[in-house]
Amino acid sequence: MNENPISKEYLDFIKEKQKKKRLILIWQVSLLIIFLFSWELLARLGIINTFLVSSPSAIYKLLIEYIKNGSLFRHIGISLWETILGFSIGTILGIIIAIILWWSDTIARILDPFFVVLNALPKTALAPILIVWAGAGVKGIVVIAISISLISTILAAYNYFINVDKEKIKMLQSFGASKFQILTKLILPANVKNIINIVKINIGLSWVGVIVGEFLVSRSGIGYLIVYGGQVFRLDLVMMGVFVLAICALLMYQAINLIEKLIKR
Amino acid sequence: MSYPIELRNVSKSFYTMDQELLVLDDLSFKLNKGEILGILGPSGCGKSTILNLLSSLISPTSGKININGDIGYMFQKDHLLEWRNIIDNITIGLEIQKKINQESLLEIDLLLKKYGLWNFKHHYPHQLSGGMRQRVALIRTLATSPDILLLDEPFSSLDYQTRLQVSDDVYKIIREEGKEAILVTHDISEAISMVDRAIILTHRPAKVKSIHNINLTVQGEKSPLSARKAPEFKDYFNILWKELDYNE
Ligand SMILES: Nc1ncnc2c1ncn2[C@@H]1O[C@H](COP(=O)(O)OP(=O)(O)O)[C@@H](O)[C@H]1O
Ligand SMILES: [Mg+2]
Repeated sequence: MNENPISKEYLDFIKEKQKKKRLILIWQVSLLIIFLFSWELLARLGIINTFLVSSPSAIYKLLIEYIKNGSLFRHIGISLWETILGFSIGTILGIIIAIILWWSDTIARILDPFFVVLNALPKTALAPILIVWAGAGVKGIVVIAISISLISTILAAYNYFINVDKEKIKMLQSFGASKFQILTKLILPANVKNIINIVKINIGLSWVGVIVGEFLVSRSGIGYLIVYGGQVFRLDLVMMGVFVLAICALLMYQAINLIEKLIKR
Repeated sequence: MSYPIELRNVSKSFYTMDQELLVLDDLSFKLNKGEILGILGPSGCGKSTILNLLSSLISPTSGKININGDIGYMFQKDHLLEWRNIIDNITIGLEIQKKINQESLLEIDLLLKKYGLWNFKHHYPHQLSGGMRQRVALIRTLATSPDILLLDEPFSSLDYQTRLQVSDDVYKIIREEGKEAILVTHDISEAISMVDRAIILTHRPAKVKSIHNINLTVQGEKSPLSARKAPEFKDYFNILWKELDYNE
């Protein structure tokens, strides 16, 4: 690829970049260590109230305990399952409805004001109603998770679909393409990237729905751990729940990034 | 005798809530067998609308359009689909018409080789230059074996050098494959160098202002490049220039 031998200046440039990258990483790790260390120290010295903020070592001990007796994985498994169900059903259903709206301008215009109102409504306000309708337990929680991402998915996907270049549609029509062919050969493939972005957003929203749902009704799951810990004033349990939640959400996000890279190739 | 294309008293209006926009006003003309017909007119006068009518993307408000043969439409922009490689872009028309077979694929291979795109068969559009992309778009149009080509300012997005080269290629393809074509352009030189007859349109609503036969004395085989050296070229240019100068 390179016709010229690599110059010294270029090597210096690369070195400089890498040095900067290392420096930033070192700072990030140090900040984290300093934070955890001073938290622990202040807790042990009794300067901060461990009853309110717990301490890193207590959280760690609890984490090990939950891992050893296996209940952590049960809680994670349930929340993870609810989240995956929530965002995949929410995304697929949302896209199917968006396709219907794209297909029929009349339906889109009839439903438009309802979508606008529903979109403006904070969806968590509906959670108690949905629990009553769909029942407590996994079903109700998944329905809450779906409800949080569904409307925004429909609106975003519909917007992407109708903004595909009209001239490209004309090109396909000049070959006699049917509406279904325009959908499968242009509208959907042109929006693969956008749909992945919708999925990313929906994962986050779905976690919100699942945690809210578990707060309300559940006997298990990460949300249950957090709310239970709060009720019995065990802040180490609350903190552990939040920590585990952050890790799970992060891992899921990374998984999607990986899938995105595989699709791009 | 039936013409490849014949328009009789065709009018087209677009309706919006604000207004009724008359774009084509009682238009009549024919495309002769084996002919390349040029359509020249000011921007916004309704040239693309004519081609959209001919390819049945829209229908006329009144009048009759007769078409004998399959239409192939080539646009100003190449409209290649970025997620498909070159060969898959070219076969999209066949795919839509469910006409992919050994024979049609062999024919595409031939066209790819002929127009220097063989080695780029599995490349993606963004890896190609503007001229190459436009050639791919042309092969995509030719792949469905149309009898009549509609070209809507197909070279106007290319730089001057590429434009001369690609228009030369396109001209040769049309002649070699023995097709008819309608070339919409606002470039007078391009029109004179390529077409057998030129129709000048008025401002919107478009009417036929005048029709000019283009007869050039060219040594050897005619091509858009050699046509530009013909002694009559300048005269035609002046005539068409005057016809198109609406400020007088
Ligand atoms: N679908 C449409 N609806 C309303 N007006 C249109 C539509 N298509 C074209 N027009 C109008 O018709 C006129 C002619 O357009 P067009 O045929 O694209 O012009 P040209 O190709 O000669 O530049 C323009 O004023 C344009 O705004
Ligand atoms: Mg036009």
